[in-house]
Amino acid sequence: MTAELGHFAVILALFVAAVQATLPLIGAQRGDAQWMAVARPAALLQFLLVAVAFGCLTNLYVTSDFSVVNVAANSHTDKPLLYKISGVWGNHEGSMLLWVLILALFGSAVAAFGANLPPALRARVLAIQALIAVGFYLFILLTSNPFERLIPAPANGRDLNPLLQDPGLAFHPPMLYLGYVGFSMAFSFAIAALIEGRVDAAWARWVRPWTLAAWCFLTAGIGLGSWWAYYELGWGGWWYWDPVENASFMPWLAGTALLHSATVVEKRDTLKGWTVLLAIITFSMSLLGTFLVRSGVLTSVHAFATDPARGVFILVLLIIVIGGSLALYAWRGPQLVSAGLFQPISREGGLLFNNLVMATATAAVLLGTLYPLLLDAVGGGKVSVGPPFFNAVFIPLMLPMLAVMAVGPLLHWKRGDWRAAVQRLWPAMVAALAAAAGAWALVTDGPFLGPVGLALAAWLGVGTLVELAERLRLGRENLGRSLARLARQPRAAWGMTLAHLGLAVTIAGMTGAGAWVEESIQVMAPGDTVRLAGYEFRFDGARPTRGANYVATTGRFTVSRDGRAVVVLNPEKRVYNVSGQPTTEAGIETRLTGDLYAVVGDRGTTADGRPGFVTRLYFNPLVAWMWGGLMIMVAGGALSLTDRRHRVGAPARRGIAAQAAGAD
Amino acid sequence: MRSRLIYLLPLGLFGVLAVYFAVGLTRDPKIIPSALIDKPAPEFVLPPIAGGTGGGFSTADLKRGRVSVVNVFASWCVPCRAEHPQINRLAGMGIVPVYGLNYKDAPEEALAWLNALGDGYTAVGADASGRVGIDWGVYGVPETFIVDGTGRIRFKHVGPIVGDALEREILPLIRHLQGGGR
Repeated sequence: MTAELGHFAVILALFVAAVQATLPLIGAQRGDAQWMAVARPAALLQFLLVAVAFGCLTNLYVTSDFSVVNVAANSHTDKPLLYKISGVWGNHEGSMLLWVLILALFGSAVAAFGANLPPALRARVLAIQALIAVGFYLFILLTSNPFERLIPAPANGRDLNPLLQDPGLAFHPPMLYLGYVGFSMAFSFAIAALIEGRVDAAWARWVRPWTLAAWCFLTAGIGLGSWWAYYELGWGGWWYWDPVENASFMPWLAGTALLHSATVVEKRDTLKGWTVLLAIITFSMSLLGTFLVRSGVLTSVHAFATDPARGVFILVLLIIVIGGSLALYAWRGPQLVSAGLFQPISREGGLLFNNLVMATATAAVLLGTLYPLLLDAVGGGKVSVGPPFFNAVFIPLMLPMLAVMAVGPLLHWKRGDWRAAVQRLWPAMVAALAAAAGAWALVTDGPFLGPVGLALAAWLGVGTLVELAERLRLGRENLGRSLARLARQPRAAWGMTLAHLGLAVTIAGMTGAGAWVEESIQVMAPGDTVRLAGYEFRFDGARPTRGANYVATTGRFTVSRDGRAVVVLNPEKRVYNVSGQPTTEAGIETRLTGDLYAVVGDRGTTADGRPGFVTRLYFNPLVAWMWGGLMIMVAGGALSLTDRRHRVGAPARRGIAAQAAGAD
Repeated sequence: MRSRLIYLLPLGLFGVLAVYFAVGLTRDPKIIPSALIDKPAPEFVLPPIAGGTGGGFSTADLKRGRVSVVNVFASWCVPCRAEHPQINRLAGMGIVPVYGLNYKDAPEEALAWLNALGDGYTAVGADASGRVGIDWGVYGVPETFIVDGTGRIRFKHVGPIVGDALEREILPLIRHLQGGGR
């Protein structure tokens, strides 16, 4: 009964979305207030219906109703409750339901909190949202129905992929989807603006908070995913440039560009066509990411064609949404006239530079991700490009961007003085040289990029602080007045400072873990010791242990330094009862200077013939900084979201445009 | 006019991409080429199955100027059971030596399996640890390789050889290679 109720709720939601997609759009065109007014209740009702459907599926999982195909294929009675719930979105059908749930959530948020939006804009935005939703409901109902029955029901389920039975990954998809789907708001606003033929400062001010919220979620989601890969896959790595990761990274890059270009639209009333295009591209990347990865076309190249109906549907939907919006852009885009003149050396010039780098990086990642597919289509065989390509393209792109990133915020709008800005950055220059020299002195035989990366991180970090000090006029006025300024700083400004600082910390972490990682793979018998990065790892042996739905081999390593015990690591190798699939749980001790990381593997024989275990030991310098930095970035974004001007909302359109031009 | 064209550019690029996607959809994802095609077979020496009567084989056996077939199998592999009659048929034709690479298998079970289904292999090498299999790029059993007279891998068949695969794919290629084809 629950399954049928959920199924029925999705069908109803489809019809509500169909109404929401048409009537308000026509109403906005005709200026009919009553037709436009349909949008808000429809958006709220749609959310209610999807929430019911999602609740039904969750209920089926929690009660382990194996008469439903989806539950039987992805759950098991022995599974802990958390993973029964996360199993709802740990599969294709359920994750699509989560997708529409979040889409409807954002739509209802506009309906509920968008009282200060002009009615026509609101009606159009909600209609576009519903239009996207219609495509997804049809996709779910026609090709990926999570409520399909399985008669007769099996006695138990096939269990969730054990790799996914992990707290980090339980919350990873919802975060990621809040990011992906959040960009649909920017998209809907962009399409609405194209229909209206108008983009102004007020528009940018409405778009920014939605984009910023999505960006925060996506950043957190990517961070969680990378952290999970780090401790669960057991290879000591944190980023593999695999298509799944790239799929989340492309919208992040494009979304970051969008955030910055929207600022230019807001402050300078220019760069409009580009910003609208970025909004379209960002959401297109989200769609591409969701679909290409979910359907497996890129990862394993398997699932896509196993269900041709699904593949064709995906392609048609992509063509309609992306192709349709780009066609609209080609038609209406030229009407978006930008006002301000543009000086290359100015705040907006710096932001445009950020945009160019981010857009190029997005294109590079897209090319690298799709290259295997493109080559195969022209009969070039199946290949993958892998990390060497991405590192070779991506790192050179990022280096100049980081260098400019410290300078940009010090430039004034309209016309900046780069010499003055660079002169004020002398503390950052000192810090950068010190960091490079320090790194060089500590690790002389490491890769060249190590000191360079740390220097850039120091340059950006200290440069950001210099900019903050400039804003407070620290040292130029007495301390009391500077502190008073500190308290008066708008939260959006704090957000920028924190986000840039966070990136500096992240870059330091990536550099450390990327350039100076030390690893050692061997067979160890109990009592054996391996020296790594100045630490001694003594293997004390391994014993069988047991969890709720798995059995494990738990190893024990005593790590010491200069004869003093530092920590005991207990890595596990689990084998899950139902699927028989093994997973590794690395033993990790996080320290400020780096992570001690141990993995225990299969049984083996040492070189001199004693029985032991295959062990992998790593020292990952500074790796925790990476996730710490990401957290700072998210905190910065969140703080900026609470800025007063977002809460108060934008005053009337014309007023704000004049105000923005006058400000700064 | 020129500025209008710039606005059309994103649409055009996406159009090209969409065509690629459409073509990609028609591709059979199961065809995964081996990176080793046209490369020399990896260096290895495999012992015979412990307790068996036959001998093992090594890279040297594949370089004797004759086209040869290397079939990766295991007693625990169900599709291998399905294809085994075809392997025996190929071996029975006597046109090529057919080597068996017994992958990650227990010797007694492998011997029992060969006893029950018939052992047409010229020789069988036991790769108990799967180490040699890694060098051959084996990621699923069964797999079948065709190696030319100079010891270079020329073809890889993934999955069981059933139906008309032997007539359609394997035999024509063997004849081609034996006929002096490069």
